[in-house]
Amino acid sequence: MTAPTPRVGRGPSGNGTARVPWVLVLPALIGLLFLLLPLVGLLVRAPWATMGRRIVDPDVLTALWLSLSTSTAATLVSLVLGVPLAWSLARTEFPGRRLVRALVTVPLVIPPVVGGVALLLVLGRNGIVGQYLYSWFGLTLPFTPAAVVVAQVFVAMPFLVIGVEGALRGADRRYEEAAATLGAGRVTVFTRVTLPMILPGIGAGAVLCWARALGEFGATITFAGNFPGTTQTMPLAVYMAMQRDPEAAIVLSLVLLLVSLAVLATLRERWMSV
Amino acid sequence: MPEIPPRTRCAGTGVYRACAVAAALALGLTACSGDGGGERTENVELTVMAAASLTDVFTEIAESFEEEHPEVTVVLNFAGSGELAQQIASGAPADVFASADTTTMERVVEAGDLDADWAAEHGEEGLVFATNTLMIAVPPGNPAGVSSLHDLTSEDVSTAFCADEVPCGTATGIALEAAGLEVAPVTLEEDVRAVLTKVELGEVDAGLVYETDVISAGDRVKGIGFPEAKEALNEYPIGVLANSESPERAAAWVDFVTGQGAPIMREAGFGTP
Repeated sequence: MTAPTPRVGRGPSGNGTARVPWVLVLPALIGLLFLLLPLVGLLVRAPWATMGRRIVDPDVLTALWLSLSTSTAATLVSLVLGVPLAWSLARTEFPGRRLVRALVTVPLVIPPVVGGVALLLVLGRNGIVGQYLYSWFGLTLPFTPAAVVVAQVFVAMPFLVIGVEGALRGADRRYEEAAATLGAGRVTVFTRVTLPMILPGIGAGAVLCWARALGEFGATITFAGNFPGTTQTMPLAVYMAMQRDPEAAIVLSLVLLLVSLAVLATLRERWMSV
Repeated sequence: MPEIPPRTRCAGTGVYRACAVAAALALGLTACSGDGGGERTENVELTVMAAASLTDVFTEIAESFEEEHPEVTVVLNFAGSGELAQQIASGAPADVFASADTTTMERVVEAGDLDADWAAEHGEEGLVFATNTLMIAVPPGNPAGVSSLHDLTSEDVSTAFCADEVPCGTATGIALEAAGLEVAPVTLEEDVRAVLTKVELGEVDAGLVYETDVISAGDRVKGIGFPEAKEALNEYPIGVLANSESPERAAAWVDFVTGQGAPIMREAGFGTP
């Protein structure tokens, strides 16, 4: 048996496109179609005639602004808390680390509505922690934009942690060891060697985290409630619109989709050019 | 739509029961097996789409109905009325629709989704089979000392309402207008059960829910009636759907709900015509 030698340079582009294996391409195409068809559905059923008027509706803009600002805030919080958490999971040894790692993914597994109830039970006015926030500082978290951010962080941060942890595990540790032997402390190694090395991983994790926060629905409506301008983000506005005016719901969905695609495309371009 | 699955009473038990019946019949009729002519062993599924607030009563009524009509398995699908109307408009297979308000039923009627023959006989806009009254629900102990609708206007009282888009929200708006009051709620919940949850957990000082919700919540909330609730009486229409494969059985279900079902409805706190 002779293994087929790769015939590099014989195709027009020279990268072997002539030998695309259909066993990979066929499922890839079906997968792509499956992901895109719902989008086509939205586009086909959208009320294009009234689209312009509906988009500039102040209520839509309010919800959109709330969505963008809260999901961005949630991503920043997740970065501040999640990167160190990922580092601890990837670079330190402590008893029960595997258990902690599993626990970090709990928000990915439980239905967001359940997450919202859990947050209420802990951070609500009568919650385990929330009752002290209320009696000591007069703070009530539910029904505020801060609660929206809390719900989004809870649901979205695991995406960041898992992404960054993966990047850390993939990174070559010899650079860190070299820096350490040259006398750098652990913090210096982290900020001057580790962070720059895993920056693309952090970026990818942050984008996933942001996207998940932007689409967050269940935990938000359960924990933060639903009030226009305060806690009604775009996904909540879509759900409410669906009850009475499905066309308005389609418009809102498209707006959310286009804005998030635009943001992601811009980010990606910036990134690739760096 | 996300995360709030319609509560479907598991058809499995019904099917299991049906199988048991079929097996018993088969055992008893082994001698006659072969002709299979007039035996009514065939099981019929009747899909009833009903507003979430009917969950408890319809589940109970379905059990009595199945006892009387053993050949029928009632499959109940509970969700917000608007969501169900949307599913019906999208061609979801169902036999009966029971809405928590007349507005949603009007949408179904306008789309031509009600069975024409049934509607001609019982009402073009469906048949109103129950009414529900609003009530103020407060957590046990009533921490904010609420005693009337007017108390909800106070800044020190945090209130949860249903969103305008859902039936209980419409009723809330009517009641407040009748009372000439303006209330600034902290949240507009997606359905009446969500308002009840916020009250039960003590996250708000008061919420406007239906009397039936207060009764079903037992000790977990306290209900306070108010006179303007009469202005905002919520009517529940029911109707046989055009999509129904057995409109006669669907009509039988509607008759059952309005007849034998009425005492069960009243016990749960509904008004019946």
